[in-house]
Amino acid sequence: MRSQATALRSKDLLGIEQLTPEEISLILDTAEGFREVSERPIKKVPTLRGQLVINLFMEASTRTRVSFEIAEKRLSADTLNFSASGSSVEKGETLIDTAENLMAMQPDMIVIRHKHPGSPKMLADLLPASIINAGDGAHEHPTQALLDAFTIRERLGRLSGVNVSIIGDIAHSRVVRSNIHLLTKMKANVTLASPPTLMPAEIEKMGVRVVHSLDEALEGADVVMMLRIQLERQSKMTFPSLREYFNTFGLTPERLRRANGGAIVMHPGPMNRGVEISSDVADGPCSVILDQVTNGVAVRMAVLYLLAGGHLQES
Amino acid sequence: MNLLIANGRVVDPSQNIDRVADVLIEDGIVAKVGPGLKAAKGVETIDASGCVVVPGLVDLHTHLREPGQEHKETIRTGTTAAVAGGYTSVCAMANTTPPNDERPVTEMIVAEAQRNGVCRVYPIGAVSKGLAGGELAEMADLRGAGCVAFSDDGKPVTNSKLMRAALDYARMLGVPVVAHEEDCHLAEGAVMHEGYYSTLLGMKGVPAAGEEILTSRDIHLVELTGGKLHVAHLSTHGAVEAVRRAKSRGLPVTCEVTPHHLALTDEAVQSFSTSLKMNPPLRSESHRLALIEAIKDGTIDAIATDHAPHHPDEKRVEFDLAPFGIIGLETAFAVCYEILVKSKAIKLAQLVDLMSCRPAKIFNLPGGTLKPGSAGDVAVIDVDGSTEFASFRSRSMNSPWRGRTLPTRVVATVVGGVVRHDARADAKEGEKARPKAAKARTARR
Amino acid sequence: MKMKKRLLDGARLARTIRRLAIEIVERNKGTENLVITGIRSRGVPIAERIVKHIQEAEGVEVPLGILDITLYRDDLTTVAPQPLVKPSHFPCAIENKTVILIDDVLYTGRTVRAALDALIDYGRPRAIQLAALIDRGHRELPIHADFTGQVIPTDRSEVIKVKLQETDGEDEVLLMEK
Repeated sequence: MRSQATALRSKDLLGIEQLTPEEISLILDTAEGFREVSERPIKKVPTLRGQLVINLFMEASTRTRVSFEIAEKRLSADTLNFSASGSSVEKGETLIDTAENLMAMQPDMIVIRHKHPGSPKMLADLLPASIINAGDGAHEHPTQALLDAFTIRERLGRLSGVNVSIIGDIAHSRVVRSNIHLLTKMKANVTLASPPTLMPAEIEKMGVRVVHSLDEALEGADVVMMLRIQLERQSKMTFPSLREYFNTFGLTPERLRRANGGAIVMHPGPMNRGVEISSDVADGPCSVILDQVTNGVAVRMAVLYLLAGGHLQES
Repeated sequence: MNLLIANGRVVDPSQNIDRVADVLIEDGIVAKVGPGLKAAKGVETIDASGCVVVPGLVDLHTHLREPGQEHKETIRTGTTAAVAGGYTSVCAMANTTPPNDERPVTEMIVAEAQRNGVCRVYPIGAVSKGLAGGELAEMADLRGAGCVAFSDDGKPVTNSKLMRAALDYARMLGVPVVAHEEDCHLAEGAVMHEGYYSTLLGMKGVPAAGEEILTSRDIHLVELTGGKLHVAHLSTHGAVEAVRRAKSRGLPVTCEVTPHHLALTDEAVQSFSTSLKMNPPLRSESHRLALIEAIKDGTIDAIATDHAPHHPDEKRVEFDLAPFGIIGLETAFAVCYEILVKSKAIKLAQLVDLMSCRPAKIFNLPGGTLKPGSAGDVAVIDVDGSTEFASFRSRSMNSPWRGRTLPTRVVATVVGGVVRHDARADAKEGEKARPKAAKARTARR
Repeated sequence: MKMKKRLLDGARLARTIRRLAIEIVERNKGTENLVITGIRSRGVPIAERIVKHIQEAEGVEVPLGILDITLYRDDLTTVAPQPLVKPSHFPCAIENKTVILIDDVLYTGRTVRAALDALIDYGRPRAIQLAALIDRGHRELPIHADFTGQVIPTDRSEVIKVKLQETDGEDEVLLMEK
C-alpha cells in the first residue's frame, strides 16, 4: 500500500492507536527516503537545522535513546539529553514541573520515555512542542512498531495478509500493543503466544488470535517476533523458572521449522539468550534483529521530519 | 429555626407522599406537611414553587479529611460542599490522620462539626487500631462518643478473625460494619479495573473477582455472627449477586453504590485523567449495567458518594502515581438524576429513597423523612434546572464532572430548620461581586 | 488554475530537450566525466531523455543521477504538508566529475540552491553546471543556467506547467494563470 496521506494529523506521536493506515504508510514510505541518507559519505542533511529536540528519558534505555539521537543528529537538529538519574527528578520534581521547565527552554520536540502509561499524553496536552512517545510503561512504543513494520515490508514486500506471531511476555510489553495496533490496521494476521500468566485480560478484543503453545503459534508464521522476558518484573507467580520457560516457549532452530519457508525472526531487544531465544536462532539466517536496529534510525528520522513541518488542520 | 417551605412538590417516599404541599418547620422539627399552611408572622418562607421538596440527602460515605489532611478538605469545607449538593447529613470515614480509632478523635470531630460544620456530621469509627488490620479498636467506647458505624474504609479488613470480631461487637452495639471489599493480593499495584481497557492502556488492573471474594467472605461471617454488614461502594456484578443471595436468605446485609460507578466505565480511563482514578475502580459496562439492574430491583439500598478529596497537586501527576478517589457531594444528585431518573430507570421517589430515606435507616440516623416530629432537614431541588460545575465548594476539585453542566439545581438546603444553602441568594451575591472579580482577573494578566 | 497559452507542443518540447543534450556534449567537448543528474521530480525524466539522446548521438552511456532536494529546502517548517521524501541515487561517485543538474523550470533559484547543497554532501565534483528546460525569470538568488531550453518571460501570478509523457501521459508546456 502506498501512502495517500500527505501529512500527520497530530502534532504528536503518542501511539499507533491514533494513526490511520494512510498515516502509517506515509511514515514507512518517508522512512524509505531516509534510509539512503545513512548510506552517504556525509550522513547528514540540514532539514531540522536550528530545531531543538529534548530527549527526556525517565527510564533506562540504550537502543531507543541512541537511535533517536542519531536520527536527530542526521537531521541536523540540536539535541539535549535529559535523564532521570542525577537530575531534578531525583529531588522530587514532578513530571509536569520538569516538562514545564524544559519547555521554558523552547524546544520544538520532546522525545519521552517514561515508566508510567499516559505520561506522553499528559505532556502533549500541556505543551506546544511536538511530543514523541519513546515508550510509556506497558502502553505503547510507536516507533518500535513502525520500525518492525518497515523491516517486515522490506523483507516480505507487504504487510497485508502476513502472518505475524508474537511470543513472550505479552502482559508487560508496550512493543506488543503498538505492534497489534499497527499490524491489525495494516491487515496482517496476528497471533499471540505466552503462558496464560503473561497474557493480559481480553486482549483478543484487539483483533488477535491467542494461543498458549509455541508450536501452534509458529505453524504457518511468516514473521516470528520474540519478546524479551522482563526478568526484573517477574515473580515466581508468573512462571516457575527460566529453565522451564525456555523449554516451553523458547525459540530454537528445531521449533522454528514449523514456520513458513522464508520466515523472519525479530526481537525488539535487548535479548535474553537462552531464555526466550537460542543464540542459534538469534544469530541465524532467519534473524533480522540487526536490520531492525538499522531501520530504527530511518523510521525515527521520518517521524521527526513529518512532525517538524506545518500541520494540517483536522477536518 | 422556624421556616415555611411553600408550594413545592413534596416527594417523601417514607410516607408515600408526592404532591404539591407546604412544609412547616418549627424549632428545627418538621411540624406539618400539607397544602395551604400558614406560618406565624415574621417566619422566613422559601418559595419552592416549581421545585421538589425532599428530605435532606444522607451520605453514608464521606471523607472529610479532618483531622490531619486539611489541605484536601476540612469539616467546614466538606459540609459546605454537602449542603450545596442537597445533603443534610454526612458520615465521616475514619481514615483521617490520626484515624478515628479513639474517643478523643471522635469527640474532636463532633465538636468541630458543631462549631464549624454546616450540616450534620456522624463519625464512623475505625474497626482496627490505626486502621492497621491487627487489633480491634475500642468500638464500644467510640460508639459511646458518637460513632454510628465502623469501618477501615480505604482498605479491606484482610484478617477474617478480626472481621468476625468486628461483626460480633457491632451486633452488640447495634450498628453496622461498613466493609471495603478488596483482595489485597489480587489488587497489588492495580490502578484500574482489569479488563480490555487495562490491557489496551498497559496499566495494572484489579479483577472483579477481588471484590467478590471478600464480599462473599463477609456474608459468611454475617451468617456466623449475626452482625450487620454494610458493603461499601459495591462495583461488580458478582458482589451484587452475593448481596442479593444474602438478602434472599434474610441476612442483615445492606449495600451502597457510588454515582460514579453508575455513570462511568473503565472506557473513560483512556483519557488518563486522574479524576477517573478511584478504588474500587470504574468497571466495565456489563458491571455498570448490573448495578443499575440492582438499583431497579432494590438489591442496592443506598447511593453514597465516597467523596474523597485530594489536593490538585496530588492529582496533577501520572495516572499510576495519583491517589485514589474523587469528590462527589456536590454532583451526586445531578449525576444520579441524569443516569437513573432521566433515563427512566427509576422514578424520582426511588432516587430520594436511595439517597435519603434508606441511608438514614441503615445507620439509624435522624432525617431521611418529613414525618412531623422528625428533624427539619430538607432539600429544595429544581429538577428542570441545571448546574454548571465550573468550581466547587469542596477544597478539592478532583471530579470527572468538573466543567460539565448537569441537570437539576439544588435551590436550598435546610438543616434543622436553618437555611444552610441558598442558591438564589448566592447568585444575587455573585452578580454583585462579578464586576470586581472580572477587574481583578484583568489586572493579573 | 486556468490555462492561458500552450507554450510548447510535444514536437517542440522533444526538439528542445534534444538540443539541450547536444549543447551539453559540445560545451564539455565530449562525454568524459559527465554525470547527468535530474532533480526530482520532473528533472528526472528530462535527464533520462538527455542520457538517451547522448547515447544515440555519441554511442556512450552517460551515468544518470537522481537528486531529491526535499531535505535541503529552506521552507520546510512553514509548508504543510511536508513534501514526501524520496531517496537520491548516484550510480558512481561524483568526486571530480562534471555534474549537469537538470531541472524543468528555473524560477527563484531556491531549488537549485538546495540542489547544490545536496550535491556537495555526496562529494566534491570538479564542476557543476545547470540545464533548465524553461527559464521564466524572477530570480531571488544569484543563479543562472548554463543551458536553457527556452526563455519565457512571465508574470509572478503565472505558473508554468511542464507535462511529460513519463509522469503526465503527454508532452507539452503550458502557461497557466493562478
